[in-house]
Amino acid sequence: MATTLTNQTPGPIPDGIEPADRRTSRTRPLFDPPIVRRALGDAFKKLDPRLEAKNPVMFVVWIGSVVTTLIFLASLVPAAGVSMGGWERAFTGQIALWLWFTVLFANFAEAIAEGRGKAQADELRKTRTTTRAKRMDKNGKIEEVSASSLRKGEIVFCTVGDVIPSDGTIIEGIASVDESAITGESAPVIREAGGDRSAVTGGTKVISDQLKIEITANPGETFIDRMISLVEGASRQKTPNEIALNILIAGLTIIFLLATVTLLPFALYNVGQAGSGSAPSITVLIALLVCLIPTTIGGLLSAIGIAGMDRVMQYNVLAMSGKAVEAAGDVDVLLLDKTGTITLGNRQAAEFLPLPGVDIAELADAAQLSSLADETPEGRSIVVLAKEKYNLRGRHLEENETEFIPFTAQTRMSGVNIPGSRVRKGAVQAVVEYVKQSGGTVPAELQEIADGISKMGGTPLAVVLNEKPLGIIYLKDIVKGGMRERFDHLRAMGIRTIMITGDNPLTAAAIAQEAGVDDFLAQAKPEDKMALIKKEQAEGRLVAMTGDGTNDAPALAQADVGVAMNSGTQAAKEAGNMVDLDSNPTKLIEIVEIGKQLLMTRGALTTFSIANDVAKYFAIIPAMFSTLYLLSGTAHGPLWALNIMQLHSPYSAVLASVIFNALIIIALIPVALRGVPYKPMGAAALLRRNLTVWGLFGILLPFPCIKLLDWAVVALHCAPAH
Amino acid sequence: MSAENFVQYAAFLLVVGLLVRPLGSYMAHVFDGGKTILDPILLPLERGIYKIGGVEAQSEMDWKQYSLSFIFFSFAGTIVLYTLLRLQNFLPWFDKIFQVTPMSLDLAMNTAISFATTSTWQAYGGENTMSYFSQLAGLTGQNFLAGASGLALGIAFIRGLARRDSNRLGSFWVDLTRATLWVLLPFSLIGSLILVWQGVPMNFLHYTSATGLEGGAQTIAQGPVAALELIKNLGTNGGGFFNANGAHPFENPTPLTNFIEMLAIVALPAALTFTFGRMIGRPRQGWVLFWVMTVMFTGGLFFCAGPEQQGNLTTIRTANLIPSATAGQPGGNMEGKETRFGIGASVLTAIVTSNGATGSTNSMHDSYMPLSGMAPLVNMLLGEMVFGGLGTGLYSIIMVALIGLFLAGLMVGRTPEYLGKQLGPTEIKLITLYTIAMPFTVLILTAIAVIAKPGLDGLTTNSGPHGFTEIFFAYSSCFANNGQAFAGLSVNSPFYNVTTAIAMIVGRFGLALPALALAGRFGRQGRRQTTSGTLPTDSLLFAGLLIGTAIIVVGLSFLPALALGPILEHLMVK
Repeated sequence: MATTLTNQTPGPIPDGIEPADRRTSRTRPLFDPPIVRRALGDAFKKLDPRLEAKNPVMFVVWIGSVVTTLIFLASLVPAAGVSMGGWERAFTGQIALWLWFTVLFANFAEAIAEGRGKAQADELRKTRTTTRAKRMDKNGKIEEVSASSLRKGEIVFCTVGDVIPSDGTIIEGIASVDESAITGESAPVIREAGGDRSAVTGGTKVISDQLKIEITANPGETFIDRMISLVEGASRQKTPNEIALNILIAGLTIIFLLATVTLLPFALYNVGQAGSGSAPSITVLIALLVCLIPTTIGGLLSAIGIAGMDRVMQYNVLAMSGKAVEAAGDVDVLLLDKTGTITLGNRQAAEFLPLPGVDIAELADAAQLSSLADETPEGRSIVVLAKEKYNLRGRHLEENETEFIPFTAQTRMSGVNIPGSRVRKGAVQAVVEYVKQSGGTVPAELQEIADGISKMGGTPLAVVLNEKPLGIIYLKDIVKGGMRERFDHLRAMGIRTIMITGDNPLTAAAIAQEAGVDDFLAQAKPEDKMALIKKEQAEGRLVAMTGDGTNDAPALAQADVGVAMNSGTQAAKEAGNMVDLDSNPTKLIEIVEIGKQLLMTRGALTTFSIANDVAKYFAIIPAMFSTLYLLSGTAHGPLWALNIMQLHSPYSAVLASVIFNALIIIALIPVALRGVPYKPMGAAALLRRNLTVWGLFGILLPFPCIKLLDWAVVALHCAPAH
Repeated sequence: MSAENFVQYAAFLLVVGLLVRPLGSYMAHVFDGGKTILDPILLPLERGIYKIGGVEAQSEMDWKQYSLSFIFFSFAGTIVLYTLLRLQNFLPWFDKIFQVTPMSLDLAMNTAISFATTSTWQAYGGENTMSYFSQLAGLTGQNFLAGASGLALGIAFIRGLARRDSNRLGSFWVDLTRATLWVLLPFSLIGSLILVWQGVPMNFLHYTSATGLEGGAQTIAQGPVAALELIKNLGTNGGGFFNANGAHPFENPTPLTNFIEMLAIVALPAALTFTFGRMIGRPRQGWVLFWVMTVMFTGGLFFCAGPEQQGNLTTIRTANLIPSATAGQPGGNMEGKETRFGIGASVLTAIVTSNGATGSTNSMHDSYMPLSGMAPLVNMLLGEMVFGGLGTGLYSIIMVALIGLFLAGLMVGRTPEYLGKQLGPTEIKLITLYTIAMPFTVLILTAIAVIAKPGLDGLTTNSGPHGFTEIFFAYSSCFANNGQAFAGLSVNSPFYNVTTAIAMIVGRFGLALPALALAGRFGRQGRRQTTSGTLPTDSLLFAGLLIGTAIIVVGLSFLPALALGPILEHLMVK
């Protein structure tokens, strides 16, 4: 690879530095009115106990809502025998109401996350093809059939203006294809038979030439079908981490259930011993239970997961499962191909280095001459350099007297023959051979200069005029802008980047240093990549990589996170667990960040949820036992001393806590959908930050909030002042 | 806190700290196939034992086999002790004049279970129930064996974390034998000799009848006390030879014996943190656990000593007492304490025994100020994670750490892990099971006892929140396999004998099995590499996280119960 002269595959000219943030096509506001409207309706539909039972925490709240409602209703019917004072009845009714709100808020959070996915799916459905397909039989006869009847292995024919009916591999032809339906990118791409750009996706459109395509997906299994089911959450499975967290919060719920249920006998004992006070009512016990169990995370957990997938989608990456996104957060090692990922796809001429005794202008002139017909980016960059540095303009060559010699893999040289001179440029070894065959001599300096360039990470091209070597063109790998900073970020997150390149170790080392990667694998063959992945995994690291070629497929499958480029082969796309629709390898970095953010959001909200309980205990425990061991002449018993927030009355304290508990779910929906803010930094610093924000703040925040709500419920005459 | 007490506490912690490395390193050698100084004497003995027992020393067990061996061994020990106790009237050294408490079916069952689980809860009074033979062959024997099996559990747990891609945790029989021969026997031999020197009796004489100075008749109980005394602490058992346990002058005659007995409780569990660090190849990970334990231990000391030295302010005001210590009087609350120990050594013992899963108290916790009395209660509710039971204390603290690490791990954006072992659904299931066991058992049993008549019948001396605390304390102590009593509760009744036995069984096996299963899971995992993206678990931040998690878990589970017990009582006497 180091000595290959030109890149034979036609491709779009690299667009320079690719923007890190390409979430243009699929971004929508957090609370899109139609989505919100639909979610409001869904929130009520989700009150179905069969749906609620899937979420143990919210199901407990649901049962609590039903029980308190029944108690309230019974108190309205004199025959039911539930007698209550005015305030107690109002209190029970309000608790029941707020418990229903708690359930509805959680349902709403989930519905809005799902709604965003559904809206996306609707858009995709529009693009799903309903056109007819031109199916070819064995004899080449074309027959019009419905696209949805196509099976794997059948051959179809597509020409200009046709929508490709299903996923497939091009077996004949080359064409430009508009893939904006799935990628959102309007610039067409070249698709051709053979090689790494042979895959086409159903729903995309041929805009030039024609193709013969072998279908590779059965109906319902196409790429778009998979995309729809993924964003809709239809095939959403709980990830291992989500399951683990669910177990933990279910465990916490059981502990709080025990603490609350046993509180009744404990209270009965003390009331019996004290001869004063009364055992807490069922309503108050339910209120305490609902406040203690982690409703915040319980209500938002599924929304977090759905929103995480949605965020990945907004980056135009299709994750095959939530598990893959989570695994991305765990990645320790990132394998990045040098070309196209770290460096721009092509080398550029940086300098002309003449041999001793050769004028630099002469070298520049010969170099330009040899490259005039060279349409490769390298060739063009030589012409540009000659123009910019030596002011050599393009010249007119007599067509009938000029013979251009194109590059071939055998000669590894290109050039031009004009009357009186033969100019060649090419790999140093090839040029040396050429000179020797022509009877010229090669000065030792030529090899010295070439070696010097290799050491700097460049590619030397020797230039020869007739039999006389003139010097060397220094072709340089251009590292993309901003890569060093990104690798620094990754390092801060604890992720090591390894550059994979076919270059020799010297060149590789120089580029690795310039780009700031941690390590490199030089002269890499596909099997070396595989071996490296296995070695890293054996040492206990999780590996992520990107790839597009067929020979990347085994490595993509072996890696813990394999991101296939949408431009790549079908094999690569099937082997990886994500597909990048923009085919931008550096996107892996964003995927890692989203994965981390997903886990962080879960951890932060769980911590917040538990931290909130401290204040709730201080509100409800004194309220429950405010009259226990009451001494004559005092309004409250000794445990009222724990009412450190100085809440008005037992009723107002419990009510304020329940209202806080419900409202906090609504308040945190944006966090659940967007994820907690994340900046790349080391684990210890990150934990310190999140513990402060979500732990410490989670302990402190409810105190003023409950106090404020207590004041409000009394001011609005929802609870007594004493 | 007076300067004397402060010096005493500092000296104690200093000695413990100095012992951690040598003892820990010794234990690592014992259980990890290293050489020790005692090998020439003990190796032939060990081989003999394996030959008789038919143990293949080289064949290791997976977690299921290890658990089954442990359960089988504990069950066998229970049956043997039960039989021995029921038949003690026919066995040597039974004195029907003094052993007046009948060894009923439920008392024998409760005692047998309590000694097999290292709880050594004393529903009986030693001197008026147990014959010398029962004390020696039964109780002392079980003190060794149950203690050693606890140590084996701890070692197996460490192996799970230390190993990778292996489902073997070691051989229970080998660990049990080595724990007994290399660790418990030599240390209790040395310790017992010091105790004898300090005046602890070791004889088989009849109780002495004497006439006191006031002319009253007195029976002075005695016996082979020294043999039991040290191992009861070293094995973190704690059941005393006499009813008064560590307060009895024959068990604990001098401040020096008190110091040594307290050291015997803490030294090995503390040193096990070093063994842990050594066996997993990361010494700092062990030290951070030791420091967390020390900080929480010190916190408990201050929490307990403060109100004790302050005393009951109401009484002090009305009776015009001097609350602070002056020359000639200790000040504070001396009720229920031995004058030879004073507030300082009594509080130290309360904190050591309550943290160390050992019941050998030397003062009446029932008589402590409400908040001081809450200190040992909270220590037990923490799950004996501060030093804790021999062997079991180590997994207790790690289990708490794992809960904190799960949330903290998420907050750094990675699948949570500890020492490169990931916490997936199955791991969390086991950790949750472990964590629920205590609130489940203690809260439900307490709830039953405070409303059921046989439960309330036990409240023969106290009522109100204090009575509630007594019952709550009893079940917490039994579940924690601690065995110390708050006192004041009459527990030798079928109701309490059965319910406390349930608490002891769940507290031993309901925790050991999830812990071993988790060790098995960990052992089978590979090990993730540490990067700067890994949450460090040997840092101050981790220590803080661990302490915070412990407090929050206990607070969330037990705050309502504590509020209706000691906190309510405190607010009432204030």
